[in-house]
Amino acid sequence: MITAGIDCGSQNTKGVILKDGKLVAMALLPTEFDADLAAQGVYEQSMSKAGITKADVDRLVITGVGREIVKWGDTEINEVGAAARGARFVIPDTEIVIDMGADSCRVIRLNEDGSVMKYEVNDKCASGAGTFLEAMARALQVTTEQMGEFSLRHTKELATNAQCVVFAESEVISLIHAKETREDIAYGVHMGIANRIASMIRRVGLTDHFTMIGGPAFNKGLVSCMSKVFGREIKTPDNNQFISAIGAALFAAENQ
Amino acid sequence: MIANYGYEDGSGHYYIKIDTSKCAECSDKGCISACPEKLFVTELDDFDDEVVLIREDARNTLQTSCAQCKAGEEKELCAAACVAAAIGFSW
Amino acid sequence: MAEIEKIDYWRWTESNWKNPEIPDWHGKLITAGVDIGSTSTQAVILADGVPYAYSNMRTGSNSPDSAISAINWAMKDTGLTLEDLTYTIGTGYGRVNVPFSNKTVTEITCHARGGNYIYGPTVRTILDMGGQDCKAIHCDEKGTVTSFMMNDKCAAGTGRGMEVIANLLAVRVEDIGEMSFQIDEEPAPVSSTCVIFAKSEATKLMRNGWTKEKVLAAYCHAMALRVVRLLERNGMELDFAITGGIAKNIGVTRRIESIMGIKALVPTMDTQIAGALGAAIIAKEIVEKKRAKEAAL
Repeated sequence: MITAGIDCGSQNTKGVILKDGKLVAMALLPTEFDADLAAQGVYEQSMSKAGITKADVDRLVITGVGREIVKWGDTEINEVGAAARGARFVIPDTEIVIDMGADSCRVIRLNEDGSVMKYEVNDKCASGAGTFLEAMARALQVTTEQMGEFSLRHTKELATNAQCVVFAESEVISLIHAKETREDIAYGVHMGIANRIASMIRRVGLTDHFTMIGGPAFNKGLVSCMSKVFGREIKTPDNNQFISAIGAALFAAENQ
Repeated sequence: MIANYGYEDGSGHYYIKIDTSKCAECSDKGCISACPEKLFVTELDDFDDEVVLIREDARNTLQTSCAQCKAGEEKELCAAACVAAAIGFSW
Repeated sequence: MAEIEKIDYWRWTESNWKNPEIPDWHGKLITAGVDIGSTSTQAVILADGVPYAYSNMRTGSNSPDSAISAINWAMKDTGLTLEDLTYTIGTGYGRVNVPFSNKTVTEITCHARGGNYIYGPTVRTILDMGGQDCKAIHCDEKGTVTSFMMNDKCAAGTGRGMEVIANLLAVRVEDIGEMSFQIDEEPAPVSSTCVIFAKSEATKLMRNGWTKEKVLAAYCHAMALRVVRLLERNGMELDFAITGGIAKNIGVTRRIESIMGIKALVPTMDTQIAGALGAAIIAKEIVEKKRAKEAAL
């Protein structure tokens, strides 16, 4: 059976093809304010990479914030359901999923059977999501990858106070003027966001096996700070950006 | 004077209100030890009265700090400890 | 969106003013107030309680230096030196960093006093929209605070929030107000809870062919809504007045008035100096009290 999943994120659109439960193709395009166009693009690209056509796809499921606009799938699933399935699939002992996107963040606690026990969503404040990290990286004049690496090399445990992306940018600039190193500032930035996620984790209940998915999961400095704050190891699967799309494609296979 | 400490963001509004005229007359300041999150501190205000306020670094995270206390059925610990009835909440 | 680096769109005009009706300060009680905000710094000098000189500039990377630059600029060409200032009060976010101040007083208290001076004894509700915060203050006829409520968590409703749209659209902050009314019909507002989301929505609107003026209208509308929520939560009592930098932005102030169905008092001087002005007035009150005590002994 061949299923497809498309995750229409606010910043990037991701598409995957699963064949008999195995990942065979994936594609990513920036959403660029046209979710429909981006979704069509990743669908075409992933089918092409898989060497198939639309007729071969048994079922297509759409997820992500753009599913309000992209209505041509067979059905849709919300981001919580997609993230839960995707994370469990790639890391079977997952108990808590941290799904951080560009504009929102979800913390999902799973039951033993993989169903969702509890979840917390923050989609009201950009300071708990990827946009925050990108803005801070820009203020430090580095890429987000570099910011991750700098953070791991910190020597001082610098704390940051600003809760808002806009104010945090000013705070980073003041810290630069105060001659703090980029390594320490990067660490402070990551600790700030880790503390914000921590309050969401406390609300679902702290348990053991953490998996982080979504674009920002590749940032090793961030993951290290989060590990420190929660006191737990955090696994980050390969293809972290595609996990929710995989979850959507898995859901497509479920309902047959 | 009614001092409101807190914030409003996309998820709602969270302000702790302190009536400083009532607070100034109280020497107990029971709220300080009653709060498990240690939110209350004292200061000499602009009128040279000793009053409590919410510490600066805690004002923008009240939703999280007060969550446990607010979740219960009983009155909030700080308000319960305040003999001057000077403490109120916007949520 | 191409960012034009040459002009800083967020940079409003710094200023320095001398009272033309006071040719000579000698023999008068000279008090000063310095308000160091996160974004701007003002220094106000009073001669016998009347504004004599002031300066308004961007806060630099070092607070004490900003305080010194501000007072020096205010004193420029007056013949005054720091020694001539009988009493100085520091206020604002950086108030502990005014090296030459005699005392610090919170900005809430100073804004109420300054607002009372600028707008008169009928003012009861003051809205101060600063660089990184937004405050609703109630005061009595003497300018003494009776209640206050502030937001400094989110950029929505603050000067930095306006700077974000200024940079995005390559429009000078001072021009935003006028431009936001060059529209046919008032558009729906963008997000009023988060500047980042509002910025994202604004970018999308530009791509959909909206004019800059229409986008500015939507943005100002959102900011006004945010501020109105703060005012209503703290309670509105007339007369109403606005201080701080954004008071100069009619794009936001007129929309606040129309949403609430009220009119704000019209200012007679630069609204950004309210905090420093209040501080200088309180400085004068302290000196007079001291002198009265000494005279009684």
